Amino acid sequence: MVKKYALPVVLIALAFLFPLIDPLLEAVLGKSLLFSAIVIAVYVMLALGLNIVIGFAGLLDLGFVAFYALGAYVTGWLASSHFKQVSFSFLSAAPTETVSGNAVPGIHISFWIILVLAGAFTALCGIIIGAPTLRLRGDYLAIVTLGFGEIIPRFFQNGDDLGGFNLTNGTIGIKAIDSPGLPFLPDSLPAWQQFGTLNLNPWYYTILILVLITVYINIRLRDSRLGRAWISVREDETAAAAMGINPVTTKLWAYALGATFGGIAGAFYGAFIASIFPTSFSFNVSILVLCMVILGGMGNIYGVILGAIALQGLNFYLLPQINTWVHRIGDAVGSPLLSGADIPKYNFFIFGIILVLMMLLRPEGIIPNRQRQEELHSGDDDQSITDAARA
Amino acid sequence: MALLEVENMHSYYGNIHALRGVSLTVEEGEVVTLIGSNGAGKTTTLRSIHGVLPPKEGKVIFDGKEIQGTPAHDMISRGIAQSPEGRKIFSRMTVRENLEMGAYHRSDRDGIRTDMDRVFELFPRLQERIKQEAGTMSGGEQQMLAIGRALMSRPRLLLLDEPSMGLSPVLVERIFDIIREINAQGTTILLVEQNANVALEIATRGYVLETGAIVNSAPAAKLREDPKVREAYLGEI
Ligand SMILES: Nc1ncnc2c1ncn2[C@@H]1O[C@H](COP(=O)(O)OP(=O)(O)OP(=O)(O)O)[C@@H](O)[C@H]1O
Ligand SMILES: [Mg+2]
Repeated sequence: MVKKYALPVVLIALAFLFPLIDPLLEAVLGKSLLFSAIVIAVYVMLALGLNIVIGFAGLLDLGFVAFYALGAYVTGWLASSHFKQVSFSFLSAAPTETVSGNAVPGIHISFWIILVLAGAFTALCGIIIGAPTLRLRGDYLAIVTLGFGEIIPRFFQNGDDLGGFNLTNGTIGIKAIDSPGLPFLPDSLPAWQQFGTLNLNPWYYTILILVLITVYINIRLRDSRLGRAWISVREDETAAAAMGINPVTTKLWAYALGATFGGIAGAFYGAFIASIFPTSFSFNVSILVLCMVILGGMGNIYGVILGAIALQGLNFYLLPQINTWVHRIGDAVGSPLLSGADIPKYNFFIFGIILVLMMLLRPEGIIPNRQRQEELHSGDDDQSITDAARA
Repeated sequence: MALLEVENMHSYYGNIHALRGVSLTVEEGEVVTLIGSNGAGKTTTLRSIHGVLPPKEGKVIFDGKEIQGTPAHDMISRGIAQSPEGRKIFSRMTVRENLEMGAYHRSDRDGIRTDMDRVFELFPRLQERIKQEAGTMSGGEQQMLAIGRALMSRPRLLLLDEPSMGLSPVLVERIFDIIREINAQGTTILLVEQNANVALEIATRGYVLETGAIVNSAPAAKLREDPKVREAYLGEI
């Protein structure tokens, strides 16, 4: 027991201490990692959400970005001055009156309530998209979700004139989104009363707690009856039905739960970035998150977390680093091609190579899920053959 | 009142008319067998009863209630379990996990444990292999697991589709002994078989299915004597 919990406890403790370590890292690396850590954590949450859909239930969702985008726009709608027609505030940490004493235009609802609303809203969207689609077998879901992931950003892009109503503000997006805050805290904690851009710690701890809740729910789901039902439906729908499992509702649960986490991650991201554009939610995001799940090991919670950290780490740190090295080499050898290269531009190319290599060398991911590993290696499962011979 | 009554059941695969008015009854406590050559519609009959392929026409009455059109996943809680053709065990799960899946809809832990012990009594081989990946077991062991899994729901009616498929003659005998034992313990059985010889040995009554319709029905002993049946299904000239 002690052994089983030792590693998670150490990792969680490290995660909580990270903002204290960060200044030291900054001294060494010349740059704070806190901002990147927050974005990585958002992606960890996204990957864990998609892991429920792909890893647990075996449904290929190619449009996961849709829920991320919807969550972010929920924050945009409910915590900014976008809807100037109305003026409504509810428990918001942002000022409710302008300097001249008028009520602030737009809807301003507490960030903490928005997190819940965004989760509920995206779950509902997941059910609406999933209910008709999940009845079909095979890869229809992949195609429908691919379309859904493409349509949603388009909709946000063109939703500035829906019969004269400006829902999304088009390509300009929604700006000046309210910062969250805990206004009831004592004045000695100003950074916590209203989250700002100078002190990122409150943001960091918020997303860290969201991630931990997501991990906890993932673990509980995996070990639940529903988790068992997902495995059986993944293996054989007809046989699962004969056991009394309704395959459609079982898959719908996975899809809606995944959507919920995608939406909450989006809602947080919207508030953190404070301005959202349709272009932030492109197909690339779906693929990036998918890569994280596959790279880490579909269905394995720790693997997926590692996959998310590895790929975003690559994006944020390794690629710019390689870029500088290549430039230096280019300068040294006098090659303008190398010194002017823009390596981060090729990140998807590099992900592609990593994925192909992974599929060839270790298709079950860095940390495999037991059942998945067997699904992928059933052809060359010498171990079980020798086991059987010995038995 | 019969436990299961099928009246004039018609089923289609697309526009293929696979069942053309099948009627049969199974009384509580019986073993009824459905024999017929390849493609006669035996599997289709079980699928239609079980809700996997809902009949277009006709009635399925179980325990006095009409159940045609009830989805397959509601059958187990009504007391109907199936061991489908080709076994369809969960091959990446262990033996124990497969058996637990059979009791998925139940929550009475003690009852589940009792039933698992009963399955192990019927199939000691499964207990020896309890942690083995189901997909790595031999065909005969997988068949035992499929039957054991169906029993885990403590069904009133057990639908068995070709339990002898791919088994050696010795193992066929064993499986059929066990089916008889399961029936003696109180489970009513509707058994689909190619292996008419053995099936008619353990059955109370039999139906003969040809191209989607019942062409003969009689007590099993009588069917065994029937010259046409002997010629067509018992391999005798
Ligand atoms: N999924 C399907 N789609 C189309 N036709 C089907 C399908 N399944 C079965 N059939 C057809 O329906 C008829 C009855 O098939 P069924 O599987 O019920 O036969 P069976 O009596 O069980 O034969 P066997 O002894 O070979 O298992 C056959 O003609 C078969 O080709
Ligand atoms: Mg058949």
